[in-house]
Amino acid sequence: MRGVSTLSAEAGTGRPTAGGGEPVVGATVPEAAEPAELAPAARLWPALSAVYRAQLSRARVARIPLLFVATFQSIGIMVLMRGVVAAGPGEEARAVVAGASVLVVAFVGLNLLAQYFGQLRAAGGLDHYATLPVPPAAVVLGVAAAYASFTVPGVLVTALTGSLLFQLPLTGLWVLLAVIPLSGAALAGLGAALGLLAPRPELATVCGQLGMSAALLLGVLPPSGMPLPLQWARDLLPSTYGVEALMATFEPAPDWGSVMVDLGVCAAVGVVSLLLAAWAYRHAARR
Amino acid sequence: METGARHSKTVDGNAEDTVSAAGTAHAAAGPAPAAITVTDLVKTYPARRARRGRPVAEPVRASDGISLGVRRGEVFGLLGPNGAGKSTLVRQLTGLLRPDSGEIHVLGHDLVRHPQRAARLLAYLGQETTALDELSVLLAAETTARLRGLAADAARAEATAVLAELGLTPLAERPLKRLSGGERRLAHVAAALVGERGLLVLDEPTTGMDPLARRAVWAAIDRRRAERGTTVLLVTHNVIEAETVLDRVAVIDQGRVIACDTPGGLKALVGDDVRLDLVWRSEPPLHVPEVAALEGQAQRTGRRWTLRLSPADARAAVTAVTSGPAFAALDDFTLATPSLEDVYLALGGSGEGLVRM
Repeated sequence: MRGVSTLSAEAGTGRPTAGGGEPVVGATVPEAAEPAELAPAARLWPALSAVYRAQLSRARVARIPLLFVATFQSIGIMVLMRGVVAAGPGEEARAVVAGASVLVVAFVGLNLLAQYFGQLRAAGGLDHYATLPVPPAAVVLGVAAAYASFTVPGVLVTALTGSLLFQLPLTGLWVLLAVIPLSGAALAGLGAALGLLAPRPELATVCGQLGMSAALLLGVLPPSGMPLPLQWARDLLPSTYGVEALMATFEPAPDWGSVMVDLGVCAAVGVVSLLLAAWAYRHAARR
Repeated sequence: METGARHSKTVDGNAEDTVSAAGTAHAAAGPAPAAITVTDLVKTYPARRARRGRPVAEPVRASDGISLGVRRGEVFGLLGPNGAGKSTLVRQLTGLLRPDSGEIHVLGHDLVRHPQRAARLLAYLGQETTALDELSVLLAAETTARLRGLAADAARAEATAVLAELGLTPLAERPLKRLSGGERRLAHVAAALVGERGLLVLDEPTTGMDPLARRAVWAAIDRRRAERGTTVLLVTHNVIEAETVLDRVAVIDQGRVIACDTPGGLKALVGDDVRLDLVWRSEPPLHVPEVAALEGQAQRTGRRWTLRLSPADARAAVTAVTSGPAFAALDDFTLATPSLEDVYLALGGSGEGLVRM
């Protein structure tokens, strides 16, 4: 290890050249005596919370108008559907309210997050995180968690308005405490993965929009009237299980067992989706 | 062992012995160990397939056998026009890009084998940092510090201190995207400086900054170098900046290092030649014989002629163009001693686009 090596910055061959008659441009630089100590890496949770906090602060400024758009869109859909769907705890009314509430999560978590990561990647913003000693999962999870928590007021307002509009019981709305983070994880993970894997930011935006449209159509419409292929598509959509869980709690006597199963599936989909996002991040950051 | 005087020669073997200031400084206490050694680095961007309306893009050899060494505590520059391969080189040094072949050692660590160590050895300021744009200046620096592994209190304290050091305290609560270009760049520098790192890799850090902000940046970097022995690798295409702040500079062109020495040593390569710039009001007065004689040697950029002449020839040329009909046609002229730009051109640099400001 010790010793002196002559490193030349020579044009042409670029090979290290010993001193002497050869043309040498550059300088003799001795080998490092011993490697410098590595600075500590950031651990997962502190890094995640730092990213979360930073993202939430930017969301406060930049995303509030979009949250209004998301909420009004969902409320508008419910008002429209109120014209054709009878109030009361029928399947249709429950599907409309549950679907419209989870749509807020899809708008922010899937659509906006796909756009965010698509643009971040295209503009070289990932380099900033990639040259910091953070676990990739911390960045993806921190951003996704911030986007998901940002949907909370919108979902609550939508679910409350819908329940009143369609005369559904409010007693089961506490299940939103589980539905928002779990479907948030599933949709935000998917949104992040789309944004990070799309070759161009425009494609990320299109994918996010399509995902949100799917969440709208397959979430708001009652599943029993759908043709079989659409039902399959509905089963594949990560937000479906959150919608199902919320739908069940609007029944006069909810079947809590099936609600728990739905939430369990939602959690599993969320884990898979976030793992996919973390993989996509590593893939995008180390080109 | 290294001696104070180093041999510094051009590519074509045009020898010129120079004593480097850095070399003599280190000679007394023994040479400083290496911060960066790069050996025979090659990186080729693959050819892109032809698509509708777009022809086949040839593969680009962005690093074409680059070797260089940077000592600890040195401010080392990479100078060259846009597209010369400077950013490709630093992206490999920061672990963002994998070289096709070659070796990279940073502060004694093999970064080709362990690219993930780069983040724990160095701080990198890229050309574009959109990741922080919607955060406030303080939060951008603080978050970056936390992601460099600092605890919450330490991150806040260090971010506040760096903001004060760079004169950013009045802007601390403003989001980056509401700042002017130079202020935003200064906030990016603040984010790069928080959390101590032995090596700072800065890709055109002072772009768009006013002189005051530039001075603040260089003062902050000097302080780190004096107090902690920080090494700085600076990418620039600004020759004036390169001449004033760098200990040594590698001139990069088409993915190769075409020269590497102190700014003074490099300037000595072009000898005594001076540069004469003539700006004509409209057409050059070619009917004046002295002007017609200069035409062949002039590099033309619009109404501007740039000439590289011996001092005697330059004096004669100035006398000729500052009298009679030539003077009537002359809008402006400048006579200057060689700059790194002249070095670059004299070494056969192929591109244009170095900035002098």
